[in-house]
Amino acid sequence: MTTAVKAEKRQHMDIKKFLANNGALVGLLVLCLALFIATPDFLTAGNMLNIGIQASTIAVLAFGMTFVIVAAGIDLSVGSVAALSAMVSASMFTTAGLNGWVALLGGLLTGAAAGAASGMATAYGRLPSFIATLAMLSVARGLTLVISDGRPVRTADQVSFLGGNLGPIPMPIVVLVVAGLVASFLLNRTVIGRYMYAVGGNTEAARLSGIPVQKVLVIVFALSGLFAGLAGMLLSGRLDSAQPQAAVGYELDAIAAVVIGGASLAGGVGRISGTLVGALVLVVIRNGLNLLNVSSFWQQVVIGLVIALAVGIDVLRRKNTIH
Amino acid sequence: MNGQPILTLDKISKSFGPVQVIDEVTVSVHPGKVQVLLGENGAGKSTLIKMMAGVYQPDGGRILLDGKPVKFRDTNASEAAGIATIHQELNLVPTMSVAENIMMGRFPKRFGMVDRAALRKQARAALDLIGLDIDPDQPVGELGIARQQLVEIAKALSLDARMLILDEPTAALTRREIAALFSVVHDLRERGVGMVFISHHLDEIAEVGDSVSVLRDGKFVAEVPADTPEPELVRLMVGRDISQQFPRRREYTGPSEPLLHVEGLSIKGLVNNMSFTVHAGEVVGLAGLVGAGRTEVVRAVAGVDPYDSGSVTIRGRRIPRHNIGAGIKAGLGHVPEDRKVQGLVLDASVNENIGYATLASTAKAGLVDFKGQREKAQDVAGKLRIRMSGLDQTVRSLSGGNQQKAVFGRWIAAGAKVLLLDEPTRGVDVGAKVEIYELINSVTAAGGAVLMVSSELPEVLGMSDRILVMSGGHLSGELAAEDATQDKVMTLAVRDVVRDLEDKS
Repeated sequence: MTTAVKAEKRQHMDIKKFLANNGALVGLLVLCLALFIATPDFLTAGNMLNIGIQASTIAVLAFGMTFVIVAAGIDLSVGSVAALSAMVSASMFTTAGLNGWVALLGGLLTGAAAGAASGMATAYGRLPSFIATLAMLSVARGLTLVISDGRPVRTADQVSFLGGNLGPIPMPIVVLVVAGLVASFLLNRTVIGRYMYAVGGNTEAARLSGIPVQKVLVIVFALSGLFAGLAGMLLSGRLDSAQPQAAVGYELDAIAAVVIGGASLAGGVGRISGTLVGALVLVVIRNGLNLLNVSSFWQQVVIGLVIALAVGIDVLRRKNTIH
Repeated sequence: MNGQPILTLDKISKSFGPVQVIDEVTVSVHPGKVQVLLGENGAGKSTLIKMMAGVYQPDGGRILLDGKPVKFRDTNASEAAGIATIHQELNLVPTMSVAENIMMGRFPKRFGMVDRAALRKQARAALDLIGLDIDPDQPVGELGIARQQLVEIAKALSLDARMLILDEPTAALTRREIAALFSVVHDLRERGVGMVFISHHLDEIAEVGDSVSVLRDGKFVAEVPADTPEPELVRLMVGRDISQQFPRRREYTGPSEPLLHVEGLSIKGLVNNMSFTVHAGEVVGLAGLVGAGRTEVVRAVAGVDPYDSGSVTIRGRRIPRHNIGAGIKAGLGHVPEDRKVQGLVLDASVNENIGYATLASTAKAGLVDFKGQREKAQDVAGKLRIRMSGLDQTVRSLSGGNQQKAVFGRWIAAGAKVLLLDEPTRGVDVGAKVEIYELINSVTAAGGAVLMVSSELPEVLGMSDRILVMSGGHLSGELAAEDATQDKVMTLAVRDVVRDLEDKS
C-alpha cells in the first residue's frame, strides 16, 4: 500500500470514528437540513436567534446536570431551584430594596446553596441523589411560593439585562456560550472535573485512591444549583419578572439533553459539547414543529420518541464497539 | 481419542481490529471428557470459549458440531446445539427461588398462570441430576457461591446441555466446595457430557482433566495429557522455564528505620489489639484464615474504614483515623483486595487510572498538569511493563495481571514508600505473578516497606521476610522467614479456632 492510500484510509477511519462518536451532532445536522428543505421560515436570522434564546435556559440547566450525571448522580430539582433563585433575587431587589447587583449575586448563590444542600444530603446523609433532589424539587418550589405568596415579582435591571440584548445579539445566547465554556473548562481541565469522572466511573476506587468523594459530590450538586440559578436569572430576566410557577418540569428537558448528548446515566461518561447538541436537538425539534404548525400535544409525543431513539442508537453503537 | 468429538474448533482465527487474538487454534471436546484450556491471561482462552458459545464469530477456520460445519450466529444458536457456559459471574436472579431460576424463561403454565407444583417438580428433577439436595423454594441469593454455581449447572443440564464450558469455576470456592464440584464433574463425565475447563490452579488439572490444550499469545502450543507434571505445564504456558517461582531478593542496605508502626489497633468484633512494625526494605506477610481480620487491619491502616482504638504511624507521622488522604500524603499506597471493584475505574484509560492519586498534588491552581501526568504514567507503565496498545486504552480491556500492575502503578507514580498489598496476585497468571514479585523487590530495594496479605501460603512463605499470623482478630504469632513452614503458619492460624472449640465443648 502506498503512503498516500494509507493516509487516505486513515482519514476515512477518522471520519468514521468522528461520526460514530458524534451521533447526536449528525442527527442535529440532518434535522436542520430537513427543516431547511421543509420550510423557508427555518433558516432565517430571526429564527436562528430565537432558537438560541430558547436553547439558552435548557442548555444552562443541562450543563449543570452534566456534572451531576458524569458523577453518577441525578438532579431532579433544577427547575424548582431555578424558580427559587429567580424569586429570591427579585424579592431582594423589589421587596427588600437591595442593590441590583447584590440581587443578581444573591439569586446565583441561592441556587448554589440549594444544590449544596442536596449534595450534602447525598454525600454525608447517604441519600440516593434521586431522593435528595426529589425532596429539594418540592422544598424549593414550596419556598418560591411562600416568598412570593404565589404572585410574580419584578426583577432587578441587572437581571433583566441578562434577558435583553447586547447590540444585535440576545444576551441569553452570550450567557449560553460563556456558561458552556466555563462548564467545559471545569470538567476537562480542572482537578475537580477529572475527579467527577473518577467518582462517576467507580466511587469506591476513587475513594481508595485518596479522592475526597464526599467533597466532590457536594461541589457537583452546588455547581448544578449554581447553573440552575443562572438559568433562573435568564428566565426571569426575559419576562422582567420572577414567576412562582417558572421552569416546572425543566429538569426533564435538562436530563434529556444530557442523555441525548451521549452521557451515561451509569456515570463516568459525558461531555459539555454533547449536552449542548442535545439541548439544541430538543429546541430545534420544537421550533421546527411549531413552524410546520404541528400541535404542541403532538410535539410532546415526538420529543419522547426522539429521546428513546437517540439513546437506543447510542446503546447499539456501544454494543458494536466493545473492543 | 475415541469417538467423534461433540465440538471441534478447526484452525480457528479471530482478530479485533488490528489485533490478532486467536491464530489458527484447533481444539476438540469429546463426550465424557474434560478438555482443559491452559494459558496466561490474555492468551486467548476467553475469546476461544466465547466463539464456542456464539458470543463471537470466528474470522477464519471452521466450527464442527458432530463433525458437520456450523455457524453459531449468537448464544441462542450454541445453546440450541446443547452447549452451555457456566460463567464466573453467574446468571442468576438472587431474589428469586432456586426453582424459578432453573426454569427461567420456561415456567410451566396452567390456565395462564404459573403452575407452582410442576415448577417445583421439574426443578427438583434438575437438581437430582447432579445430586444437589437443596430446597427449590429457597431464594438463590441465600445460597453460597458454590451452590449457586451448582444450581447453574443443574439449569444447563435441564436444558439438555451435552457440553459444558466451565470458566474458572473454582476461583471463588473453598477446598471442600471444590471437591464437591469435582465430584459433580466426575458424574457428568460418566454420563457422557463433554466439558471445557479453565483454571489458574495447576494442581486441579490432573485431578479433573483428561487432556490439556495450551495456548500462548493466541496460538496453539501443545496438547498434552492432564497428568503432565506442573513445571512442564508452566514451561509450555509461559514459553520459558520459571526457575524461581518466588524470586525474593533483599537488596536494601540502608538503615532499617520503622516506616509503618501500628500500635494497639482494635475494631470492635473484628480486630483486637494489633501491634506491629514494618521497616524499610522489609516485606512483612500477614497470614491467617479467611475472616481472621487481615483485610480489616489493612483497610483500617489505609484509612478506608474507621477503628475504635490504637494508632497508626507512617514515617514518624501519626495518621488521623479514617483519613485516606493523610495516609497517602505520608507515603502510603494501598492495593485493595478486589481490583475491579475497589482499585480501578474500568472504563477510564490506563493514563487516568495511574494518575488518580497524583492529580491534585501535581496540579497548579486547580488545573490538571496533563503533560506531566502523562509523562509520569508513560514512565511507570514502561517500568512495570504494562502490556497495552497505548496509555489511552481502557483498563477494562487489559488482562488481569496488567490491570493489577496499573493499580500498583498509581502508587509507584505517587512515590509511595509504604505499600499495603491485599491479595496482590489474585486472579493473576504465573508470568505476571513473577513480575509483581519483582516489583515488590524493587520497592524494598529502594528502601520501601511492604505489608502483604495473601491467602496463598507458598506466596507468603516465598516472599516475606517476616510473617505475622492472625487468628480470630488478633496477632497469634510471628515467624521469621527462615524458620517458617506451612505447618507452623497453619498451627498459629487455627489457634483461636481450636481454643474456641475447646471452650464450647
